[in-house]
Amino acid sequence: MTRLLVANGTLVDPVARTSAPADLLVEGERVAAVGAPGTLEAADATLVDARGLLVLPGLVDIHVHLREPGQEYKETVATGSAAALAGGFTTLATMANTNPVNDNGAVTQYVLERGRMVAGARVHAIGAVSVGLQGERMAEIGEMHRAGIVAVSDDGRPIMSASLMRHALEYTQLFGLPVIAHEEDDALCCGGVMNEGPTAVRLGLRGRPAAAEEVMIARDVALVELTGGHLHVAHLSTARGVELVRQAKARGLRVTAEVTPHHLFLTEEAVGDYDTNAKMAPPLRTRADVEALRQGLADGTIDAIATDHAPHHQDEKDCEFDEAAFGVVGLETALPLGLRLVAEGVLDLPTLVERMSVGPARILGLPAGTLAAGGLADLVLVDPERKWKVAARAFRSKGRNTPFEGWDVAGRALVTMVGGRILHDERAATPQLRVAS
Amino acid sequence: MAFTQRHLLGLEGLSAADITAVLDTAASFKEINERDIKKVPTLRGKTVINLFYESSTRTRTSFEIAAKRLSADTINVSASGSSVSKGETLADTARNLEAMRPDAIVVRHGSSGACNFLARHVTCPIINAGDGCHEHPTQALLDCLTIKEHRGEIAGLTVAIVGDLLHSRVGRSNVHALRALGAKVRLVGPPTLLPQEFAGLGVELHTRLADGVRDADVVMMLRIQRERQGRNYFPSVDEYAHYYCLTEDVVRLAKPQVIILHPGPLNRGLEISSAVADGPYSVIMNQVTNGLAVRMAVLYMLVARSKSVDVGETEALSEPARGRSGARA
Repeated sequence: MTRLLVANGTLVDPVARTSAPADLLVEGERVAAVGAPGTLEAADATLVDARGLLVLPGLVDIHVHLREPGQEYKETVATGSAAALAGGFTTLATMANTNPVNDNGAVTQYVLERGRMVAGARVHAIGAVSVGLQGERMAEIGEMHRAGIVAVSDDGRPIMSASLMRHALEYTQLFGLPVIAHEEDDALCCGGVMNEGPTAVRLGLRGRPAAAEEVMIARDVALVELTGGHLHVAHLSTARGVELVRQAKARGLRVTAEVTPHHLFLTEEAVGDYDTNAKMAPPLRTRADVEALRQGLADGTIDAIATDHAPHHQDEKDCEFDEAAFGVVGLETALPLGLRLVAEGVLDLPTLVERMSVGPARILGLPAGTLAAGGLADLVLVDPERKWKVAARAFRSKGRNTPFEGWDVAGRALVTMVGGRILHDERAATPQLRVAS
Repeated sequence: MAFTQRHLLGLEGLSAADITAVLDTAASFKEINERDIKKVPTLRGKTVINLFYESSTRTRTSFEIAAKRLSADTINVSASGSSVSKGETLADTARNLEAMRPDAIVVRHGSSGACNFLARHVTCPIINAGDGCHEHPTQALLDCLTIKEHRGEIAGLTVAIVGDLLHSRVGRSNVHALRALGAKVRLVGPPTLLPQEFAGLGVELHTRLADGVRDADVVMMLRIQRERQGRNYFPSVDEYAHYYCLTEDVVRLAKPQVIILHPGPLNRGLEISSAVADGPYSVIMNQVTNGLAVRMAVLYMLVARSKSVDVGETEALSEPARGRSGARA
């Protein structure tokens, strides 16, 4: 059995919410022990020197689009997994809007099999709520559950039928699955391509009002009250949306929520001169919304940071703004942006790590995101000082559609380990670090 | 006076000096259009492509005549029947046109920002002839020229723009131009078509026609697009007409010397009554005439500046004209 001693690093424990020097012993695919520096008995272990580095549990992204099957020109499980590892993520949950749609056990099995064959980040599948994402007939959730899904979602499309949403929230309780909701009222969005507000008026672009998100969250919170189901609100983007989730939690309802890095850093003004890399759904909102999202993330109203990694081909973005595809990539920029939240004083480091690991894992009931002895040895070693410039051409993802191109960021995953195996290693690129072997 | 822009994508952010430069040049070009031989050699050897993704006989013809009167060669490309209908992307169309080395491309497109997009893909000047709901700069410039001719200085005037502001590129361009030139601008329309965010552009908002028109120096009507009906912006064209049609009764609320503008084509009896459209206050036909001069000016300022052109020859032709038409009020 391989034994690795990850020594001399600063261990950030998202469960205890602490950050302190500690060593960590990995045996096989699990964490065998965690102890004060120099105290672990590991004579025969290979040393992984983490001097100057943060040792975090592998990050968990519960909202990605790996595009396979059907849109492999945008991304594959292999390229998405490589992007994840480079970004410090060891666990992913991929959305159902593939082609064919993941609305049956066969597609679920295919997606999970691809994940196993790639042997990179752990890939989990989210099944569709409705057949073909059509919002009409419920998909065979039980069959997909047997095949291994961890949640259901029609993400990319809101569930406009309140009755379907009600039944989904009821039926999923049989399997203990959350319903992940894309909360935007279609009729209110009505062909909108960015936030409804001063920038849209100025640019002559059709807007999607904040209320489109808020009326849907309000509706679904009422349905959770009716059914007792678990609603997970995807990519929260408005201040009032945060407030609705906060109130639902205060009433003891099973409502969880996530926010994306781009909604935490950018406003509608990022659309600027019709930049299609700032086009996503829900759209970038206002400064007040950004502040409310940050507050909600800090106080625990928002349980998780998720990227909504949505790779598109260049041609789908290099076109007229209203023709361009919605969505941006995020796996390779989420960690440094998260660290920027720490630098800006929005969160402390352990809380950030919690929101990017055990917090999201808990929403889907995944055994991931902790450093506890006996747990899976999914780890990421991060150089928090490493400064770099975001350059899409260097991404492992096939997607180049980032709104953060050219940003100067700090913090990089140098080593990413899944089940005790080092699958991503950038230490060679940093000669100042002594690499023991 | 110099024009500092490389393209004409919109009027937002343009200085009063830039706008005035175009208007003064346009005024000087008007004389050419009154001659027996309506042609000067200014842009001889230059090629102007009219790239029209939306059909617009009026604007396209105006640009084409403007280019021809300056002796440029013009090519019309329309979306139907071209490679566009075969699925070619806008970026590829731009690359192909660029490879033919035009000296300017005049673009009409249904998507807001399409001209900004093209300007990033080609090296020659792009002239926006209307993009989605964004801007229609030459229309606003010709409106300003028309107002200037009839009312003298624009600074200090109260201009009411009435209609579907939400979807109007003409409205947006006029707000930018008129504000830059110092006018007080009121926007008037039903609440569904008049987003509150317009207030951020430094204009007054009115939902009642009478309030908007009262004591105005200029009333600019926008065309109601009939295709908007059925989307619940207003219940019916009849009801719209009842509340927003500019009739003689309403015009009487404005200043006695008010002028009435409309970008055309007119929906008679819907947004404007025939009595007003054809009446003594209407300057609608002057707008069409001025459109030609404005487009000549824009082509001249962008194309002649972009490469070597015998400017001296043009100055000689236009200088005397400036004196004659500039002072008319």
